[in-house]
This record gives sequence, C-alpha cells and structure tokens, in this order.
Amino acid sequence: MKFLINFGIVLLLLASLAVWVMLPWYAVAAIAVALLLWLFLTKRGQQTLAVAGVGIAGLPQRWGASSVIVIGIAGVVGVLVAMLAMGEGFQNTLKQTGGKDTAIILRGGSQAETNSVIARDQVPLISSLAGIAKDAGGRAQVSAELSQVINLPTVSDGSDANAQLRGVGQEAWKLRPNVKIVQGRKFGAGLRELIAGQGAAKQFRGLEVGKQIELANQQWTVVGVFAAGDSHDSELWADGEVLASTYQRSSFQSVTVKLAGKDGFKQLKSAMAGDPRLKLDVQTTSDYYAKQSEGLTKLIKILGTVIGTIMAIGAVFGALNTMYAAVAGRAREIATLRALGFRGLPVVVAVMLETMLLALLGGLLGAAVAWLIFNGYQVSTLGNNFSQVVFQFKVSPELLWTGLKWALGIGLVGGLFPALRAARLPVTTALRAA
Amino acid sequence: MKYLHLIWAALFRSKTRTLLTLLSVVAAFLLFGMLDSVRVAFNSGGSVAGADRLVVASRLSITQMLPYNLLTRIEAQPGVKKAAYAAWFGGIYRDPKNFFPNFSVSPNYLDLFPEYKVPPEQVKAWLNDRQGAIVGAALAKRHGWKVGDTIPLQATIFPTKGSNDWPLKLRAIFEVADSKRKGEENMLLFHWKYFDESNDYVKSQVGWYTVKLDDVNQASRVAKEIDKLSENSDHETKTQTEQAFNQSFAKQFADIGLIVSAIMGAVFFTLLLLTGNTMAQAVRERIPELAVLKTIGFSDRSVLGLVLTESILLIVIGGCIGLGIAAVIMPGVSAASGGVIQLPTVLPQTWALGVGLMVAIGIAVGLLPALRGMRLKIVDALAGR
Repeated sequence: MKFLINFGIVLLLLASLAVWVMLPWYAVAAIAVALLLWLFLTKRGQQTLAVAGVGIAGLPQRWGASSVIVIGIAGVVGVLVAMLAMGEGFQNTLKQTGGKDTAIILRGGSQAETNSVIARDQVPLISSLAGIAKDAGGRAQVSAELSQVINLPTVSDGSDANAQLRGVGQEAWKLRPNVKIVQGRKFGAGLRELIAGQGAAKQFRGLEVGKQIELANQQWTVVGVFAAGDSHDSELWADGEVLASTYQRSSFQSVTVKLAGKDGFKQLKSAMAGDPRLKLDVQTTSDYYAKQSEGLTKLIKILGTVIGTIMAIGAVFGALNTMYAAVAGRAREIATLRALGFRGLPVVVAVMLETMLLALLGGLLGAAVAWLIFNGYQVSTLGNNFSQVVFQFKVSPELLWTGLKWALGIGLVGGLFPALRAARLPVTTALRAA
Repeated sequence: MKYLHLIWAALFRSKTRTLLTLLSVVAAFLLFGMLDSVRVAFNSGGSVAGADRLVVASRLSITQMLPYNLLTRIEAQPGVKKAAYAAWFGGIYRDPKNFFPNFSVSPNYLDLFPEYKVPPEQVKAWLNDRQGAIVGAALAKRHGWKVGDTIPLQATIFPTKGSNDWPLKLRAIFEVADSKRKGEENMLLFHWKYFDESNDYVKSQVGWYTVKLDDVNQASRVAKEIDKLSENSDHETKTQTEQAFNQSFAKQFADIGLIVSAIMGAVFFTLLLLTGNTMAQAVRERIPELAVLKTIGFSDRSVLGLVLTESILLIVIGGCIGLGIAAVIMPGVSAASGGVIQLPTVLPQTWALGVGLMVAIGIAVGLLPALRGMRLKIVDALAGR
C-alpha cells in the first residue's frame, strides 16, 4: 500500500514537472503570490514560516552539504543555458539576415545558393518582371551574384575551412544598406581585390587590410573590412566579373531583388510562375535565411535538452542525498516540533522551501556563470551553404528564465521525498533515538 | 580481499545515501559514455580501415570539380594500385527531410571499398544498367526499397534537360559489417557516366578521386606526386588520407571537443562535490567505529586503505553501471532513428578512460576522509561519543 502511494506521488510529480516547464512567467508569479498569501495569512502558513526559519538559520552549520545542492544545480543550469544559447545564437544570426523588402531567386529546387545556377541570359528576363522596385533612373533594382566556396586557413589551428566568397556588383550595396565598411575601402571594379566581413576577418588567417591571399593561382589583395550585423559578416566580397573569370564561371548563382511595395512579392511570384523560360524559386530573403538555420538549431537544442536532462537527474539524486541526510540529522528536532503540536504539513512545506531556496541559489549561480562566460562568445560552424557561419552565443532573458525553472524543478523533486519522510517520522522513534 | 566484507558492510551502512550517490555517479558516467563516444567518432581517430586509401580533391574548394582526364595520369603514378572517382549529386528523395548522401561513381568504385559487401550478381546487374543504383541496407530498410524498385531522385544542383527528375532503378544493396561504420549504409550510388552524359551543366568533371595504394608506407610520397600533376594549373589538387579528409570536414562544425570537455568538466566537478560530501558524512558517522578498529590492532595505513577502497568501490560500481547503460542505449537510439543518427557503441578506449576517471575520482573524494581516519586519536574518538 505504501508502495502504491509512493508510486502515485511519483506519477503526480512527473506530471507536475511537465506542466511546470511549460508555465509562462505570469503563471509562476501567480503561484508564488498564492504561496506567499498562504504563508502569511493562515495559521498553518505561519507555523511553516517558523519551522522554515529555523531550518534556514541552520544552513550555515551544514554549508558543506548545502553547497552540494547549490553547485550541482548550478552545473546543470550552466550547461543547459550554454547549449541553448548556442542554438539561439546561430538562429539569431541567420534570422537577422535579409528582410521582407528583398527577395532571393534561385534555380528551381536548389535549396541553397551553393546548389543554384542562374544563366546570364535569365537576368534581363528577371529584371523585367512585375513586382521589382525601380531606382531613380527607372532601372530595376536587381543584383546577380556568385557564391564561391573557398578554402582558407583558420586562425585557431591553421587547418583549412570553407569560406564563402561572394561576387557582387554595385547593386549589392544598394540592396544591403546595412553593410558598412569599417576599415579600409571598397574593392575597385575590375580589380583583384576583396573585402572581408568582420566575422570572417577574425575567423581566417591573412585577411588583414593590405594583406594578399592566393585564390585559384591569383593574388588577391584585402582592401577593407565590412560589418553587416548578420551572416554576411562571415563572407568575403569581391567584384563579380573578376571572380567569374578567375573561377571560370559562366553563370550566376542567385539574384537578389528589391520588392516594390507591399504586394511586390506576390506580383513577382505570379509573374515568375507565368514565364516558362524561368523555372526559378523565389522567396523573401528573411524567409530564406531563417530556413537555413532550422536544422542545426533544432539539433543543438535537442542535444542541449537531453544533456541537461541527464545532468538534472544526477543533480536530483545529489539533492535527495543531501536533504535525506539533513532530515536524518534533524530527526529529533522535527519530532519535538511534532510533539508540541505542529502538524505534518508545515514540516513538509518547510523542508520543501529550504530545498527550493538552495535550488534557486544554484539556478542563479549557474545562470550568472553562463551569462558571464557565454553571452557573446564567438564560434563558427558549417551552414547550409557549405561554408563557415560565424555567430555568437546569445544568452537571452528567456533562456535564463528557463534555467531557473529547471533549477526549481530539481529542487522540487529533490526536496519532496525527504520532506515526506520528515513528516512521516514516528514521534516516539525519533525522540528515542536521541 | 579478506576485508571486502567489512568494506561492503560499511558501504551499505546507510542504504539510502549509498543508493542515491550511486545513482548520481551512474548519471554522470552515462553522460560521459555518450559524449566521449561522440567525441571519438568525430575525430575518427580509431578507424584503421581505409588507411591505404587517399582522397584527391580540389585544393581550391570542396565544391570545385576536377577534370576527368586526370584519371589516366593518376593511375600511371608509381605506387598507385587503382583509382576510382565520384561526384556529389545532392539529390532529394521526396522531401528534403529525407536527406541522405547520394553521388555518382565510377564502375570500379566498389573495388576500392571491399568493406561494402554486395552479392556479385547484383553488382553485375548494376553495371549493366545505365540508370542503376546501389543503396546501403539501412537506407533501403528505412524507405522500404527492394531490388527492382524505381527511386525518383530530385536534383537540387544538376538538372537534366531542364528537369530535376532523375529516376534510378535499384539494382544492388550493400552492407557494411563493421557496426561502427553502419552509418555508411545511408548512401546511394549511381553511374557517373549517366550523370556526365545527362546533366545540363558540367561535362567531364568529377568531384574527387579515390586512390588505392600499393604500399601504405608510401602514402606521403604518392600524395605529393599526385598533387604535382596539377601544380600551377587551374585545377590544383590536395591529396590526403581518407581519415584526414573526413576529419577536416567534421572539424568545421562547432568545436565538438571543447563542448564535450566543458560539459564533462561541469559534470565531474559536481560529482566530486557530491561524492566527497557523502564520504565525509560516512566517515564522520563512523569515527567511534574506526577508533575501535585501531584499538583492536588495525594500523593507521589499514584504516586509510579501508576508507579509500570504499570510496573507489562506490565510484567504480556506479561508473560501470553508467557506461553499461550508455553502451546499451546508444545502439538502440541509432536503430530507432533508422540509421540517421549513427551513435557508436561505447568503445574500448572510452571504457578505459572511464575506468581511469572512476579510480581517480574515487581517490580524490576518499583521500581527505581517509587521512582523517588514519590520523584518528583513539582516546579522542572514543570520548567523542
């Protein structure tokens, strides 16, 4: 019978945890307020406060054991937040790239720039389509571009990694006003010069302004560094025509266009579908880049959650261990309270509060460490275009909040069974043990 | 060994505490087993297979192709036993989520990969069908394909006559016996000749050459000679071992080693605190008993040894259980995912590293309590009751 009761408690606990993890902040706030009201306004609540006060006052005396809970939970929260911050950072970098007012055109079915081929004679056809904005001179704002993957040595260990070299013309700058030169100057038209995104400049060797690198048996001079605040920071840019001749490319890979007003995208899409000579795909640049991040972001988040879960299980056992020891050490004290007339409930809640307090401290510590170390931490990974994407970890308030909820969840589980045991201790047995 | 019973009894003096500590250790080493196996797999350091093969790829870029006529010159190089070629195709089967590697290969490709087991009659059927395909057993199983089925691949890079449709006929299914390399069964191969003749964009271009060496000890020399063939041309090559090629690619994903190390550092640090606390509690409770042991003749060293052994035993038991669970879980996860996620089982080197860590942690957490036990003054301990 006792087993069945415990089993029921475990099931209820698992269900509670599932709900808890998904609770939004205001629901948690409501629970906290309700708890505070109960503590201060009811007799049982006041008894609980008294017992909890005694327990908390005794914490310094048991600092060794208490710190196990705090640091164990800090470890879980730190790792969890760091992993999720990685996924969030990658996603954020790509989501910031592109916008609703520009569209990217790729060959039908190609999925990514690297896979796409757009013939040169298709570019004028694209320029004449409806839905594309025109500049002051009446010309369609269209940028046909090359995307070449090149090998460059990395700063960290000198091994080759894939970098993306984008071949562009003057139109590219108009379509991406956020791209600014932060050092040096733009490359000259028709010259073997290039500029590096600030992320790429930190990632690869030899990209300082004034340096030369060899690409396809030709010497290219780095004449500037640009900043875009998005995934273009991972790229190198050069004159499209020079790049095409160097790599013997007779086609472009993508065409980026400025959309005309609110309905521009719809007009463009239907105009393109109506022209059998253009078997091309079109989507807004923000949609295109957001899609690029989906697979890897999901993978990182799943991985982080699995690892966090296993660590949380370990931390729960640690907390249980410590709290059982604490309850055992205070058996006589608890029995005395029971003998004096305190009911089981105040004792249960008091032990729970003590554990949750330690868990909260652990969560705060873990979150703080994760934020200090990982927020803004720069790394890179292969993206969908087969080249390096430089991005920074992003420890957002939402992630910190998630970490705290995990911490409190561990505290809940770690404290419940010792608390129940405290409440169930037969008074006479505990007293006799003195 | 004559004291094992005593140690065991001491260990289980408090069943609850020991059990909970054991479970924490299990969780920590379960995580270690999984992560270290992933780290090992990423480094491909343990693989000996393919040591006699080289990969010749473009130095310029992974996406740059090489001319077909390079084949005869590579084959003519001293030290080259055989050469095959392949080209990345990157097709999709119905939905991009179904993604698996697919590429076109030379007729003799399988000769360079004897570890891919295919029934001879199926190879013959594949060679006789211009549009024939070979797939790995895991991939065939995942999609329910059988020999004779048509696989409608959709091109993402190379259209044929303006269309993305590349129907292929399944002629052969290969298997990889080595369980650590089962992931390679998630692959589709078809004829490069068909690809070259039918695609709209590139002609007489291959993605990379695979070279079989006469003598594995000549790898460096042969690699240099092959690269010299294309020096200062517009198709410079970079020749390296298969292992180095794979590794350079895997390394470009987030720094796996750093991530794994950081996580394990956090895990083991918390484990040290937890088990250290446990041992400290356990010894504190038993001070009178230790005093009695000393009274009846146990030396200081014996008491030290007993406590230390107890600590190590606790960690080793928990650790082995954790690694055992990891070893069981990971193939299960791989099987459940149909081979998409290929987690290797826990490798011997991971077990060895794990056991080493268990003993080291056991010593670390047990040392202070053990020293305290050793230095115990009998009179003080007994009076402390």
